[in-house]
Amino acid sequence: MKANNLIKPWMIAGCLALFVSACATTQEEIIEDGPPLDEQSQMSGAGVTGDGSGADATGLDGSEGGGVTAIVDDTPMNAIEMLEQTEGALANRTIYFEFDSAKLTSESIAILETHGNFIAGNGEVSVRLEGHADERGSREYNIALGDRRAQSVRRVLLFQGASTDQVDTVSYGEEKPAAPGHDEEAWARNRRVELIYTVN
Amino acid sequence: MHIKKLATYLIAVLLLGAMQGGKAALTIEITQGVDGALPIAVVPFDTSRLSSKLPVDIAEIVASDLNISGVLKAMDRAALPANPHYSNQVQYPRWRSAGQDYLVVGRVLEESPGVYNIEFQLLDVLKQKQLLGRSMPAKIRNLRSRAHQISDFIYEQITGTRGAFNTRIAYVRAQKDAARKYVLQVADTDGYNAQNVLESDEPIMSPSWSPDGKSLAYVSFESKRPEIFIQHLATARRSKVSGFRGLNGAPSWSPDGKFLALVLSKDGNPDIYTLNTATKRLKRITSHRSIDTEPVWTADGNSIIFTSDRSGSPQLYEVGVDGGRPKRLTFEGRYNSAANISPDGKYIAMVHGARGQYKIAQIERETGNLTVLTDSALDESPSFSPNGRMVLYASGDTGSLFAVSFDGRARHKLSDQAGDIREPVWGPFDSK
Repeated sequence: MKANNLIKPWMIAGCLALFVSACATTQEEIIEDGPPLDEQSQMSGAGVTGDGSGADATGLDGSEGGGVTAIVDDTPMNAIEMLEQTEGALANRTIYFEFDSAKLTSESIAILETHGNFIAGNGEVSVRLEGHADERGSREYNIALGDRRAQSVRRVLLFQGASTDQVDTVSYGEEKPAAPGHDEEAWARNRRVELIYTVN
Repeated sequence: MHIKKLATYLIAVLLLGAMQGGKAALTIEITQGVDGALPIAVVPFDTSRLSSKLPVDIAEIVASDLNISGVLKAMDRAALPANPHYSNQVQYPRWRSAGQDYLVVGRVLEESPGVYNIEFQLLDVLKQKQLLGRSMPAKIRNLRSRAHQISDFIYEQITGTRGAFNTRIAYVRAQKDAARKYVLQVADTDGYNAQNVLESDEPIMSPSWSPDGKSLAYVSFESKRPEIFIQHLATARRSKVSGFRGLNGAPSWSPDGKFLALVLSKDGNPDIYTLNTATKRLKRITSHRSIDTEPVWTADGNSIIFTSDRSGSPQLYEVGVDGGRPKRLTFEGRYNSAANISPDGKYIAMVHGARGQYKIAQIERETGNLTVLTDSALDESPSFSPNGRMVLYASGDTGSLFAVSFDGRARHKLSDQAGDIREPVWGPFDSK
């Protein structure tokens, strides 16, 4: 998983300077300018589903010299640098679920506790939780299911001290699948909540 | 490519009133015929005296309509034993020996350039007499509509049930590589005359026809959150009627057209509400910590049937419009959702999940008997025709629309080349 579910105002500036022609004009659009995954995950604005090659936010990293220097630096990392790390729980921005369930696994809870602590300790950070479902069953029920999943994640973040102002939820149900197939492998990748960070 | 890129930076939504007139977006393929359908021959209409060739083949449209009903079976045109255009040209024994019960003959007369009169006669081959004769004015632009009306006349004369061929459907099309990924469209029931209602980069969901057939309510994510709009089709004028925090979903018009039932989560989790569209007054109908969604009104407007997982898995429930304790309606199968009620109120069509497969099924309200109507694995969004004889639905297996007769015996596919089509809803009789 790469640290690419991240939108920061300074990126817009860097992006404009270096990649004027490729740059979008709003925060939301930057993520759509990432490298081509399949269309569906581009639509979701998150590169989390592409493993390895597809998930680098090339233009964004390049504009700031990358997060590698931050790791060897002795000074404490700021929120942006922490979010740029490509390893560790914070780099894990997608939580997966079982069919017709919003139950979090103990691994997911551990990951989310790290996110919750991070959000609680960094008031300038906010996160949008995008809930999703696989394609089976009816569409509006799946919207409600995606919402329930996002609420499960939200509860853990708030329990760790994140404030309600920092955590926003939306459900896309089955409308924005990360994987296009009609089999269990695709469905497992589509039953998810994506954490989309913004640093103000 | 540059154009596509540029397009993503433009405003998310375009509203288009009318366009693409006459463009065929869908075609029909009968996937399951019916033994015992009544044989009928539809002879090509006489157009020999017209100053220019007609853009549509009226007899072909009528034959196609009658075929998809599952009740009638139109004779293959190549096998027709003769080519009469008036009843007095008909030699009944020839049609009788060709195995036909009914015969349709007709002609198109030109009043002035582009202004026509279509005349047709429905004949009973066995009794050797006329059952129906009509003359109807037509112009180039409404020839297809007139042909569907002829189908309606014939269908009603033979079956006693009002025909629903001359109505419209609405559906959502998702297009992978298009500038706008989601399009809400309305089209004739055979897929012709598709018109865009709304185009957006973000999902569009849950269209619902107003009872007068003039407007659609729908959910749009154009602001990156779900909001409910009502849009007048002819003028493309629209208004946002619900944009609360959290879910705004599943709008459904009351039979009198005054209320929308909808789903909101503003008070914690998804519950059913009604909205008076004139006064904007909101009333909460259900209050339960489970998911309550997909409300539809019963024909008398007195109660609402909805999906809830309060028992542990999604099932259908009924509740009065004044609230109260919901009553569970479905018990067979782990997953029953997305109810749609037949116009006579006797049947409920729904998504029925069992053994990992999601099919369209119906229950008879009086007996509770469940009948599975379809045979693929990812079926969804059932919608009754206004005469209750067909159920339109989407199959996620192929991303296309199908219609199945209410008894499950006849089925046809509205196939399509472009995109993934979902959430079909059949408009009322007055939707044209």
